[in-house]
Amino acid sequence: MTPLLVAEGVTKRFGGLIAVNRLDFTLEPGAIVSVIGPNGAGKTTFFNCVAGFYRIDEGRILFDGLPIHELRRDHIAHLGVSRTYQNIRLFANMSAMENLLVGQHHHLTSSWIEAVLGLPRVHAEERMAHEEARRLLRFIGLQGRGDTLASNLPYGDQRRLEVARALATKPRLLLLDEPTAGMNPAEQQQMTDFVRRLRDELGITILLIEHAMRVVMGISERITVLDYGEKIAEGTPVEIQNDPRVIEAYLGRGSQAQAVGQAAVAELPPVPPVPSPGPPAG
Amino acid sequence: MTTAAVASAGQPGAWMGALRVGLIGSAVALYVSLNGIVPIFHARPLIQGTISLGQTALVLTFLATGFLATRRAPPGAAMTLATAALAGAASGVSLSVLLLVGQLAGIDVRAVFIQASPVLYEVLTVGAGEAGFWIPIAAGAIIGTAAGAVSLLPRRFAHPLLSGLLSVLIVGLFASILRTPMLGGPLQGLARFLFAADGLTREGAIIAFAGAVVLRILWPQARLRERAAELPDAQRRRLIVPLIGLGLLFVAVLPQMLGPFFAHVVAFVALYILMGFGLNITLGLAGLLDLGFVAFFAVGAYTVGLFTSLSELGLFTGSPCLALWDGFAVCPQYFWFALPLAILLAMAFGAFLGLPILGIRGDYLAIATLGFGEIIRILAGSDLLLPWLGGPQGVINIPKPIDAAPGTPLAGAFQIYYIGLVCAAVIWFVAIRLRDSRLGRAWIAIREDEDVAEALGVSLVQTKLLAYMLGAAFAGLGGAVFAGLIGAVFYTDINLFVSINVVALIIVGGMGSFPGVVVGAIFLIGLPELFREFAEYRFLFYGMALVAMMVYRPGGLLPSRIAERELHVPEAAERPDPGAVPAGEPAG
Repeated sequence: MTPLLVAEGVTKRFGGLIAVNRLDFTLEPGAIVSVIGPNGAGKTTFFNCVAGFYRIDEGRILFDGLPIHELRRDHIAHLGVSRTYQNIRLFANMSAMENLLVGQHHHLTSSWIEAVLGLPRVHAEERMAHEEARRLLRFIGLQGRGDTLASNLPYGDQRRLEVARALATKPRLLLLDEPTAGMNPAEQQQMTDFVRRLRDELGITILLIEHAMRVVMGISERITVLDYGEKIAEGTPVEIQNDPRVIEAYLGRGSQAQAVGQAAVAELPPVPPVPSPGPPAG
Repeated sequence: MTTAAVASAGQPGAWMGALRVGLIGSAVALYVSLNGIVPIFHARPLIQGTISLGQTALVLTFLATGFLATRRAPPGAAMTLATAALAGAASGVSLSVLLLVGQLAGIDVRAVFIQASPVLYEVLTVGAGEAGFWIPIAAGAIIGTAAGAVSLLPRRFAHPLLSGLLSVLIVGLFASILRTPMLGGPLQGLARFLFAADGLTREGAIIAFAGAVVLRILWPQARLRERAAELPDAQRRRLIVPLIGLGLLFVAVLPQMLGPFFAHVVAFVALYILMGFGLNITLGLAGLLDLGFVAFFAVGAYTVGLFTSLSELGLFTGSPCLALWDGFAVCPQYFWFALPLAILLAMAFGAFLGLPILGIRGDYLAIATLGFGEIIRILAGSDLLLPWLGGPQGVINIPKPIDAAPGTPLAGAFQIYYIGLVCAAVIWFVAIRLRDSRLGRAWIAIREDEDVAEALGVSLVQTKLLAYMLGAAFAGLGGAVFAGLIGAVFYTDINLFVSINVVALIIVGGMGSFPGVVVGAIFLIGLPELFREFAEYRFLFYGMALVAMMVYRPGGLLPSRIAERELHVPEAAERPDPGAVPAGEPAG
């Protein structure tokens, strides 16, 4: 199978700081892969490079075989890459429904002239877009709340709405930047299940940045560890838990700390899959 | 200090609070006196032989001071009255000091404040001369007490009373506009009974007061809105359609009754409404602050001017018409031929000016567009374009769109009144369709967060360019109407104030709100035109209105749905909610 996303020798510098250093990375379609690492390791920078927010200084990024590192953000989105943000970036003053409609923007085709003339085609398309938005609202358990202003939704719902808005672009690759940040364990569990449903039910490949180890170990099929912009480890959750370089990056050098750290990481039980509480999509 | 803190501090605190309000009132009273509002407006009576507009300004200051002071008064009717009286008296102090200095001590205040004239002293002392220096303090105390007394009245008395006073003020201000059309017709006797040459007669004031009081008492009892809501849909429609028809008929007949001046003012308002709708798309929806909006107005005005002008600058003066079929020909010098071209050219300019500033954001964008506006203004007046645009001489002799003889219902400004209003109605419809379309959503999205919008697949280039182009199209239409209305286009018409006016009317009306544009244009363009004699103070009132707006109604007079939601965020939603609704749980 050809990989969905390939990064070859990607380097991103900010002045003298090398945020991402000669990173090689491959993502198979249908996988759930986590990128972890200490603060400032370059995880979000890497996301920003993939989604077209930053221009990379060296290397290239291929999505489905196409080089995307020189494309504009909207073109990358058209190819099927969508993302969420570390700090929620919903359109705060638009309703939940409108957020989802904006997400569908490039799947709608009516021009402004047709809209002004009020052609039947426009009405039909708008009806379909609203139906799709309602379907997404049901998928994230926000049915009936479409008219709520995005900023008035509870925190957890805002996180899910942001994912739904990314889904509205019908992506093949979804980049989730700390989807469970600021959540309690119960909410983290829900989000984990939700992310797994995205892959299982919608077949979307998922790349996520996460700090909560319970989530990372529970959901990821493979994990990539970054430190100071470089990849220091890659493998299955079990391999990563036992990798001395990872433990060193997280806890610092020193045999005692290393031993304690290893035990601490190993003790974390992987989260067992839970039956999805949400209604089925569609 | 909060109200509670003042109250708990006991009476000395309350007196200090009243004094502080009084001192602010005092400063305002001195300001309106010395900047000339009081002495100049004294020449115009509100009620003939009773009170002038200048005196009204002072009375309103004292009343407001009294009202504000009662808000912090300790409980009890006597205390409220005393607080209001103290604040009122304090607000008169500065004027008394002015009288002492200017009249008794004989210091020439006028050397600095040119408006500190004998007229002003006469107003302040109500003609009592030098001995009357105490009068402002006494008047302040009495009027302040009156305000305190009104604040003690139960609402069902206070509201009709205030409505009555407001009605006298408004009818008095518009007296000449109301009087003129009545003089010519069968209502002549009534006009003379109600209105003096300027302002109201005493009888007219009493009738205006009583009428408003009766209406204010009866209106809630009639419950028209509730009753209309109770009606079945079909019946309501049967009621609404004739009402709309009557409204349209009224709008159509109004200028014929009120005369060409009124038509001219409304046509002027209409062209600002057109520009307002345009900027409401660029700024209100897409969030692109354009301070050079006058550029597109200029394109529209000059296009129509050059196409239709009968002067030697006219491009098609004397060129033949293309006869299509019997009695129907297309002439390049027709207004109706130039109009769509003006819109298209303005759009092209919108794209042309939009392209280089696509990547600029926020404050920088405002400055860049400001530059564009200036470039267009200077080009229009430049020697370079003199042979084509006429420079300072301008493009003159632009005929009216419809060839109507003087005295007919479509003559002069009347036809522009109708054309302007029809254009505004059509553009309103178009603007609403645009706002609710896929493009409108994209505009709002890039206003909210353009990075995120682009990452969702919204093309910033296309969306922003369309915002500039469609905004420019509406402004170009406004310019075209302007050329038809004035009959000439001078480069001095193309100035920064046009751009600022449009931005201000959008802010006053409510950012992103289309009805708000209409209200804003009426307030900021229509009213100042009607009160031409106060033109000197136009920008003072303008500034005051803008500041008051931002403090008390940041969403504008008629906020858009979005702004309204934005300003009434429930507190609970601000913080992250740990007990979030779990996925799949039906929402309440």
